[in-house]
Amino acid sequence: MNRKIKKATTHVIQNEGLIFEKSSPGKKGYKLPELDVPEVNPSQVLGNAARADLGNMPEVSEIEIIRHFTRISTWNYGVDTGLYPLGSCTMKYNPRINEIVARLDGLANAHPYQPEKVSQGALLILQALRKALMEICGMEAITLQPAAGAHGELTGILLVRAYLQSQGNPRKKILIPDSAHGTNPATAAIAGYEVENLKSNAHGMVDIPSLEAQMNEDVAALMVTNPNTVGLFEQEIHKVAEIVHRKGGLVYMDGANMNALVGKVRPGDFGIDVMHLNLHKTFSTPHGGGGPGSGPVACKKIMEPFLPIPVVVTKKDGTLGFDYDRPQSIGRVRAFYGNFGMHVRALAYIMANGRDGLVQTTEDAVLNANYIRKKLDGVYELPYSTPSMHEVVFSDHKQTAKGIKTGDIAKRLIDYGFHPYTVSFPMIVHGALMIEPTESESLEEMDLFIDAMKNIAEECENTPEVVLSAPHTTRIGRLDETRAARQPILRWKPQAQSAKGD
Amino acid sequence: MAYPADLKYTKEHEWIKVEGDTGIIGITDHAQKALGDIVFVELPKPGATLTQGKSLGTVESVKAVSDIYAPASGTVTEVNQELNTAPEKVNADPHGAWMLKVKLSNPGEVKNLLSAADYEKFVAEEDGH
Amino acid sequence: MRYLPKSPTDRELMLREIGIRSVDELFAPIPAEYRLKRELDIAPSMAEADILDWFRQRAADTAASGYANFLGAGAYHHYRPVVIDTLISRGEFFTAYTPYQPEISQGTLQAIFEFQTMICELTGMEVANASMYDGSTAATEAVLMAARVTGRRSAVVARSVHPEYREVLASYAKNQGIPLAEVPFLENGRVNAAALEKAITDGTACVLIQSPNFFGTIEDVAAVAEIAHRKGALLVVAIAEAVSLGIVKPPTEADIVAMEAQSFGVPLSFGGPYAGVIATKEKFVRQMPGRLVGQTVDKQGRRGFVLTLSTREQHIRREKATSNICTNQALIALMATVFMTVYGREGLKELATQNLAKTAYAVEQFGKTAKVLFQGAPRFNEFVVQTSKDPKTLNGRMLKQKIIGGLPLKKFYPELGNASLWCCTELTRRVAIEAAATALSPQKAKPQVVSTEVAQ
Repeated sequence: MNRKIKKATTHVIQNEGLIFEKSSPGKKGYKLPELDVPEVNPSQVLGNAARADLGNMPEVSEIEIIRHFTRISTWNYGVDTGLYPLGSCTMKYNPRINEIVARLDGLANAHPYQPEKVSQGALLILQALRKALMEICGMEAITLQPAAGAHGELTGILLVRAYLQSQGNPRKKILIPDSAHGTNPATAAIAGYEVENLKSNAHGMVDIPSLEAQMNEDVAALMVTNPNTVGLFEQEIHKVAEIVHRKGGLVYMDGANMNALVGKVRPGDFGIDVMHLNLHKTFSTPHGGGGPGSGPVACKKIMEPFLPIPVVVTKKDGTLGFDYDRPQSIGRVRAFYGNFGMHVRALAYIMANGRDGLVQTTEDAVLNANYIRKKLDGVYELPYSTPSMHEVVFSDHKQTAKGIKTGDIAKRLIDYGFHPYTVSFPMIVHGALMIEPTESESLEEMDLFIDAMKNIAEECENTPEVVLSAPHTTRIGRLDETRAARQPILRWKPQAQSAKGD
Repeated sequence: MAYPADLKYTKEHEWIKVEGDTGIIGITDHAQKALGDIVFVELPKPGATLTQGKSLGTVESVKAVSDIYAPASGTVTEVNQELNTAPEKVNADPHGAWMLKVKLSNPGEVKNLLSAADYEKFVAEEDGH
Repeated sequence: MRYLPKSPTDRELMLREIGIRSVDELFAPIPAEYRLKRELDIAPSMAEADILDWFRQRAADTAASGYANFLGAGAYHHYRPVVIDTLISRGEFFTAYTPYQPEISQGTLQAIFEFQTMICELTGMEVANASMYDGSTAATEAVLMAARVTGRRSAVVARSVHPEYREVLASYAKNQGIPLAEVPFLENGRVNAAALEKAITDGTACVLIQSPNFFGTIEDVAAVAEIAHRKGALLVVAIAEAVSLGIVKPPTEADIVAMEAQSFGVPLSFGGPYAGVIATKEKFVRQMPGRLVGQTVDKQGRRGFVLTLSTREQHIRREKATSNICTNQALIALMATVFMTVYGREGLKELATQNLAKTAYAVEQFGKTAKVLFQGAPRFNEFVVQTSKDPKTLNGRMLKQKIIGGLPLKKFYPELGNASLWCCTELTRRVAIEAAATALSPQKAKPQVVSTEVAQ
């Protein structure tokens, strides 16, 4: 074992096949209550719509289910395991009180269509969260309906379209900086707009002269991420907004990086018209292996009439209810009211932090990123000298001389007991290593990470083959992704298994 | 790999071989190297019309997708079906693994494409950046 | 702040290392004039006990288990085996991100692969994605997918599809230039096949139906598929009540199935988070939106799983992507996977049959005091009742008996008059069914509070 690897060591891990491979007829993991009404014969009730059998669905007992999922869970790395520096994803701690309150009977078991009269508690939660998020963003209206960040982007751009339409012309194009998340151009296209790329300047920010040149009456909006995906605050954001507004366009902010701003500055105060938030980033709702997310959209008063239906309102009698009568609304983007369970968690997080904790959280997130930046500057190349906010982007430029790329360094980091950073994004930085520690990391954990990154840089010089063939300590090695894409196997089938799990 | 002299090349890294009024189209060695392991090639059906410089399909590796631009205008007469099941042939033999045969509508267009020597120079310059 | 693992000394030390005096210097890039010069108007930090107390009060103000609930309509009250929460609460599942690094994400990847397989088994489709936002967005994405597959630019939608699914579809379709034609339903609750046939043109990409449909009626999927296919259109079948798949023939004749998996062990949670899924034929897989997990091997030939065919997605194809969707609903899909595993091959059938029996009994009981609409076609666990009085008034009365009555349909289907949509699941008790049937009676009966306690 490499003595330089301090955080991790090897440990016996259980092997486990697919659940279907444990199945055998007659095993059961359930028991239904006795039926208190007369039995029915399905083929009599359903006729030829009745189903004969359920094919290869598994038949297993409860203990096998517990062991199966427990065993495979140990092959994962989570925030609970350690530093998870996946830039742009904001892998912060997921407080446990959030989980407890979201599972309270009245909240977890409330039906979305039950009468408003017996839903006042749930409605109050929606109202309280809306109020807090508007205050944090400096905005005057909000919808909680979008189910994720990209869904929020779409909702926001549809609001832009509806507003401009009401002014007489929805316009044709959306300007998007070359450093943007891929969801931005995809969203603009789904909303029926053409995408026009806007280049970044030598500091990694929106290039003002290019914006001046490209902004005209055909442009509906600029979609900007601030801090941008390189982790830099758009210092001339007010100028950017002014240029767009002067030509009658709107400024959309991708709020993916809002965790760098909470309590310090409000997008509504620096010229943003509409934005989304990712509750699973800034407000600690769990990522859960890729979702659920939640992407509320906050906007200025001018766009309020167009918000998706329904909107939570206080009625004449003082109780809360849903308003569906909004003739200018963009319609619906999701059934019901959005990911309520995530709204509950985000509100619990805001309450636990309070105004004092929210600001300290922002400060610690920025402090942590800058600490890592300082310690690794010189070890890895910093493509931009501009000060970082909540994340720092290095490049693999120094290491490519030995044929080692950012993806290889990332794999080696696994052996050191860490989840890799974000690899090869943003695309404007060639060979990017995008590191976001979040506020959830202690000094000790960060020093271990810095130490690991320094050791790997040395290995790149002295023993590059160790890095190139990493990881060495995981249950399985690097997987053949080409094979997976050329001959896709997207489901299990009996017998036809070519490679058996060991 | 040497670039065959009997092919003409585009700056978007396609090649075309002209035989009478038929053009045979593929992507260059440089293109396949830049993409890496090719996993899928998406091509138009016979009968489709191509316009020089316009996208005719895409070629995909595991983590990238790239448009294929028509080196010349015309009507597709034949598609290399083999690439459906064996896209790796483009990696193994880029200048042999043809993608489309086209009946050229304006064979004169090919004149404005690059020769093997000019393409090689172009690629060397591009790599230098 | 208890979530922040740093002492004041740690912070001092870090500032010194960075070479600055105060943390404010780190915020210097933000122009001073825009910075917030006051505290946020949010209460100060609260103790855990106070937070719990506050939410308990909100929960107490919201009806849940204490009521006999007859609501369905796209969100279903099924029993959730306790192992679901035990397993999804493992930090390795719930604090992990999207499995971009397969070597340390095999748990999530294998679970998704199992999910995809089970969805294929249940729907009769060949491939299924790793999940999407919910049933309404899945149905919408399925229609957009059909437009890509066929190159056609319009769709025909049955009026018996969930009204909110149709509203979501309309919001998306409007900006994509996809006109939607609506087709009415027959007296038996099924889509009007003759009208459907007429509505399909050479430009129709797909027909969208739901089965069981919004009224609980099971559509004749094969017949609709035949009509759609004859005219070169695809058939998209939406399934809002996944438990129906335990006993209802899967829509194998469909080209795309868009499903809501909430019924599979996902809490009602006032409408979300749920999990949508798209399943389809193998030949359409490259036009399918959403993440996909595939099986492969490492250098030593050991089986492992990776995200695959990702060139369809926004992070690579940007504005040309199949969809702008980025997240899936992995944790919710995991709930569904555990649920499907618990019940399995026999249990899902038994569970669905119980739903069928409760509903058949309810239809019989309600038929004595009110008019049950849409007779003559099979239904699963929902049915529509027509009453002489406004269902809102009747529901208001029943609330006092701790019964949450069916969904009044006037907002969605004014043509049905005083109609409401009722749902019975395995959790609906006979006494509640009988009490509700009595409450619908035009003769005023003495209201009885329904106990939700299990009978001894």
